[in-house]
Amino acid sequence: MYPSKFLKQTLIAAASCLMLMSAQAADPVKVGFVYVGPVGDHGWTYRHDVGRQAIESEFGDQVETTFVESVPEGADAERVIRKLASSGHDLIFTTSFGYMNPTLKVAKDFPDVMFEHATGYKQSDNTATYSARFYEGRSVIGTMAGMMTKSNVVGYIGSIPIPEVVRGINAFTIAMRKVNPDATVKVIWVNSWYDPGKEADAAKALIDQGADIITQHTDSPAPLQVAQERGVQGFGQASDMAAFAPEAQLTSIVDNWNDYYVERTRAVIDGSWASQNVWLGIADGMVAFPEYGASVPDDVKAAADVIKEGIVDGSLHPFQGPLFNQAGEEVVAEGEVLDDKALLGMNYYVQGVLGDLPK
Amino acid sequence: MNETIILTLITIITAATPLVYASLGELVTERSGVLNLGVEGMMLTGAVCSFATVHYSGSATLGVLAGCLAGMALALLFAFLTLTLQSSQVATGLALTIFGVGLSALIGQSLVGIAFEGLPVLMPELARIPAIGKLLFGHDILVYGSFALVAATSWFLSRTRAGLVLRSVGDSHDAAHALGYHVIRVRYLATLFGGACAGLAGAYLSMAYTPMWVENMSAGRGWIALALVVFAVWQPGRLLLGAYLFGGISILQLHGQALGFQVPSQLMSMLPYLTTILVLVLISRDGGRIRRNAPASIGKAFHPTT
Repeated sequence: MYPSKFLKQTLIAAASCLMLMSAQAADPVKVGFVYVGPVGDHGWTYRHDVGRQAIESEFGDQVETTFVESVPEGADAERVIRKLASSGHDLIFTTSFGYMNPTLKVAKDFPDVMFEHATGYKQSDNTATYSARFYEGRSVIGTMAGMMTKSNVVGYIGSIPIPEVVRGINAFTIAMRKVNPDATVKVIWVNSWYDPGKEADAAKALIDQGADIITQHTDSPAPLQVAQERGVQGFGQASDMAAFAPEAQLTSIVDNWNDYYVERTRAVIDGSWASQNVWLGIADGMVAFPEYGASVPDDVKAAADVIKEGIVDGSLHPFQGPLFNQAGEEVVAEGEVLDDKALLGMNYYVQGVLGDLPK
Repeated sequence: MNETIILTLITIITAATPLVYASLGELVTERSGVLNLGVEGMMLTGAVCSFATVHYSGSATLGVLAGCLAGMALALLFAFLTLTLQSSQVATGLALTIFGVGLSALIGQSLVGIAFEGLPVLMPELARIPAIGKLLFGHDILVYGSFALVAATSWFLSRTRAGLVLRSVGDSHDAAHALGYHVIRVRYLATLFGGACAGLAGAYLSMAYTPMWVENMSAGRGWIALALVVFAVWQPGRLLLGAYLFGGISILQLHGQALGFQVPSQLMSMLPYLTTILVLVLISRDGGRIRRNAPASIGKAFHPTT
């Protein structure tokens, strides 16, 4: 697990530090990352690590990066973050929601170290937060699903019922029903971010119950692989998963942290870093898409592009009224859109999602 | 609907098979008096080694073999540390899991993102029989192997002289030693068998269940296997029942969610654990059975001179 990797990284860092000192070079900026999963998950953590590598290739000798992977959210996280802060790191990215309080606690004790916490909502003088508007991407794939489903049942594999995931389900469903009012979404919660076997089983259950399109908010490529094997279609999550499902993947919502990580590291190097809270989407390139799959018809591609462009130029909002919850009550009136606060606390399903939201 | 039931049953078999392998190996290991908590680590190493072998050699047979050998290699390390060097079995087992997770990640670094179509169906002609063909004959060799192995292990432990020796070593190593049996040798072999089975469980994960390599893909199944052994009172038949119960409820709760049952999904996710524990505790609540089957000297170090 992480201790061995951490040790290795620290040793490498220490060794290169010694070498640099002997060469009388300028001190490189040290950037540390804390990951919730393994870098080889091919999903969430993998994409953060691609961002880390982007920093290295952009700044070369000017920076030094370290990462600690598979750090459980909780008491262990504070120990790891503190260790990074006390070992001379200038900028530390903590890349999971559950690191919020540990990050703030350590940030208080290390006022000269800068912290960046992903997906959180609490900031401090030296803790910035950043997140991506993945729901914008869900609008795009929801549109595609609505146009391409034949059974009018779309399977959705949820991880853990928190607002982030519920928002994704709703954005997907709203966009899907706009192009296909008869289509419905079946949700299975696996109560885990990452369990390839269970994700695959959930995909099989959904397909067995008539879903001909599978989408997921879990991290492994297993559901898409099942879709490929069973001859249905689906969407990748976090990274381009076409290698696992060359025919089944219609497109994927790719987390692109590269630009943000490079920009924030540059801010530390030139001394302009300040705490902030950003929530960026398709327009800023933080939510990205690979090429469409070969089986996507041209009209679907065109419709998806219209959604992307609309979101980028601001003419379209994924949560545009009128919107109704499952009971048929209006939650957003005609002509209005949900504000960020409502989006961040979303705890209900919209019309078109089957089943109850676990509370 | 009929088709749905058959597909669901097939999914249950897929979910149960790795648990059967991993827990069966651990059962034999524990019956010889050795507690190896490194199942998760051995599974992951087996998974990555079999996937790597298939990827580079193209041969599924070699892949299965590699998974088996990788599990055995880790088990050998464990046996050397605990049986020859007399280190603590609990601590060494935990360390073996941590080691296995890291080692598999290291070996698998270049394998992330590669797909593989999975193990072939063993009897494709028979699998085409309508209705039951797919359910009875539509599996790969590892599924059939798991049933055969449970039967063979059960027979070995209860009907053969070697099985009796193994059990006596697990019950009282001093008595077995006094009778002239090689306690350490028997324990070495049992631990190696456990490693081979955990490796096969891993091979099944990366070659059949979800044919790919991603880090930590066993996601705790090694620990479930360990628990199954205890709840099945160290009996292979009950172990098979427990593994299928666990796999079955895991899959059925997913179907229940998709059908819109009015039960919180968190509770549904707990169901496999609750039901399996409940059922196995109920059928095994007879104290005499536990005493007869639980290896009395489990986890205890043995040194011939003491």
